[in-house]
Amino acid sequence: MSLNEIYLLWSESAAISAVIWAVLLVTLTYLARDPMHRMIEAVTALMRNAFKQAADSLSGVEQRLAERNKEVLIAEGREASEHEIEREFERINKIVEKDLAEYPTLHRKISDVVIKLDEDYKHSADVPPEAPGWAKAVDAVAKITTSKNDPMVGDILDSIHGSMEKNHDKTLEEYRHASRERHMLLKKMLPAWRGMNHDLKQVDQDVNALLERAKVVDRQMESYENIIHETDTAKKTLSSSALTQFFVAGFVLAIAIGGAMINFNLISRPMQEMVGGSSSMMGYKVANIAALVIILVEVAMGLFLMESLRITRLFPVIGSMKDSMRIRMVFITFAILFMLASVEAGLAYMREILAQDDAALRASLLNGGDTAAAAAGLSDRWITTAAQMGMGFILPFALVFVAIPLESFIHSARTVLGIMAVSVLRSLSFAFDLLANSSHYLGQMLTSIYDLFIFIPLWVETRIKGTQPKQAKKAKQGFNPLDTQTMEVSS
Amino acid sequence: MKYLWITLIASVFIAGCDSPKEGPTTKGVYMLLDTSGTYTQELVKAQHLINFTLAKLNPGDTFAVARVDTASFSEKDIVAKVTFDDRPSIANRQKRQFREKIDTFVKEVKPSGYTDITGGLLQAVEYLNEAGVGKKTALIFSDLKEELKKGYVRDIPLQLQGFSVVALNVTKLRSDNIDPREYMDRLQMWEERVNAGEGTWRVVNDMERLESIILD
Repeated sequence: MSLNEIYLLWSESAAISAVIWAVLLVTLTYLARDPMHRMIEAVTALMRNAFKQAADSLSGVEQRLAERNKEVLIAEGREASEHEIEREFERINKIVEKDLAEYPTLHRKISDVVIKLDEDYKHSADVPPEAPGWAKAVDAVAKITTSKNDPMVGDILDSIHGSMEKNHDKTLEEYRHASRERHMLLKKMLPAWRGMNHDLKQVDQDVNALLERAKVVDRQMESYENIIHETDTAKKTLSSSALTQFFVAGFVLAIAIGGAMINFNLISRPMQEMVGGSSSMMGYKVANIAALVIILVEVAMGLFLMESLRITRLFPVIGSMKDSMRIRMVFITFAILFMLASVEAGLAYMREILAQDDAALRASLLNGGDTAAAAAGLSDRWITTAAQMGMGFILPFALVFVAIPLESFIHSARTVLGIMAVSVLRSLSFAFDLLANSSHYLGQMLTSIYDLFIFIPLWVETRIKGTQPKQAKKAKQGFNPLDTQTMEVSS
Repeated sequence: MKYLWITLIASVFIAGCDSPKEGPTTKGVYMLLDTSGTYTQELVKAQHLINFTLAKLNPGDTFAVARVDTASFSEKDIVAKVTFDDRPSIANRQKRQFREKIDTFVKEVKPSGYTDITGGLLQAVEYLNEAGVGKKTALIFSDLKEELKKGYVRDIPLQLQGFSVVALNVTKLRSDNIDPREYMDRLQMWEERVNAGEGTWRVVNDMERLESIILD
């Protein structure tokens, strides 16, 4: 039985058949309304619950991850802060050891200068010349009443006058000599004063430097306390710092990878002379692998060197080594790096020789043996040769410094990836939440659409039911206790 | 985590340096030089072509040049053959020696009475299969007019799986000018033979396009 036959089952007329089918379908749909509504409700509730559960789970994972991120961020921040404070204390220790260790010597020196100054000061005190003891004798002679014109008295007085003049000159000379000596002593005191002033200034500078360091330590301690107390400011600062570090370190790493690529191209061709140009391993040319291995070994040596110098802290084992062993490791890694750099310089030289040989061969093959033309351009090639050798030697040492951005990148990547993962989880959670709500409203919408399809029987039903509630309402109103009271009051 | 990052960076670096290629990556080129009749005059062109091929081949590649004469299915007809050393400097030396051999051959070559191209091609297949190269190319420097001595059987199906056969400098004979169908039929016949042997066939009369064939 074809569809058309089924359609025209009730009547030959398509319109009548359509009406019969419509009535039949609407009636059946109306009869199936309740189970259908329940089914739609059940399915949408199932979907809603599933999506809600998924959203809740993702939200839970997101919160746990965010918590974990916070812990990691705080731990890393605390570690970095501790490291900074440790460094500051090391600096203070150096100041104390270097400058303030000499303080007792300086103190003794200043004390000696002060004692010397004191002595000199005492020596330089102005002692007035003693009054001559025989002045009274002169006075007695002068009071002799015999005769003032007595020549003997006159001689005696002249003699006394002469003696007094001499004595006065002598005393004056002695006084001048003593004054000169005192001035000399005072003059000698001047460098001592200056020296003491210089020493005191030095002490002042040292103490000020120490105070500055103490202020830095104070600031860092404050930051450390913020981190320990997990304040919002500390978290924001650390997150921002991690993001900045991530991008800056990523940028520097990209530059370093560019340098490594140049290095690779510099040595891959001459490496064919050592390991062959046609053999391959896992689909890669062995010469290329060898060149890459050399570069990676250089990077590894650079990492170890930086670790040994305690500039980076990627390998705790190296950091916790004894100082003697660590210093030995510095020398070993540096020696290996130096050798590798020398090898690279040699390979760069070999590259140039090969390039010249290739150029000469090509010229002879393609230009009919005209090697003179090829050789003409080779006279100034020593510049490129020297440049290549220089690059071959310098680049391995430049790659050593990759360790610093690499460490920053690795440390910050954990935070950045954590933040990104939290964002993704949050977005997913939101999407599932949206789906859950959509499922809920979808159920309502489907129910309404279903009811729209059978709106005629529903309208009839409402009309029929509409009369019954009125009757029931009236019946209910008959038993209303309030109405009874009203009746009582009115009666 | 740290080691994971280092491994990841190293992997990216390796992947960025070169792309992996499966199987042997070396090339093998076998060149057949027609020495019959007036075609010997074209050998100077062949000499340039050989030099060009030498310039383009890399360490590890294989190259052989053989003459096409009365009976070409023989190692004796190989004028010069070489598998270049892995080391570029040695390979360059080998290229110079190879060129010298070819120069001597071109100076001293004598025209042959017959042209056994099929025999030469069979020899090329045998040689390059033995060499175990990745990409196999047979260059036929000839007018493709095969003339066999009485009694020589060359109606043999060719086994050219993985081979690229390139006809170079296919000159038109006087008879071709009278009836170009002869020329076309000749090319058609060789194309069908090569295709039947599961090889690929090309004709290159413009020598400047040879580079793409060798480097492909």
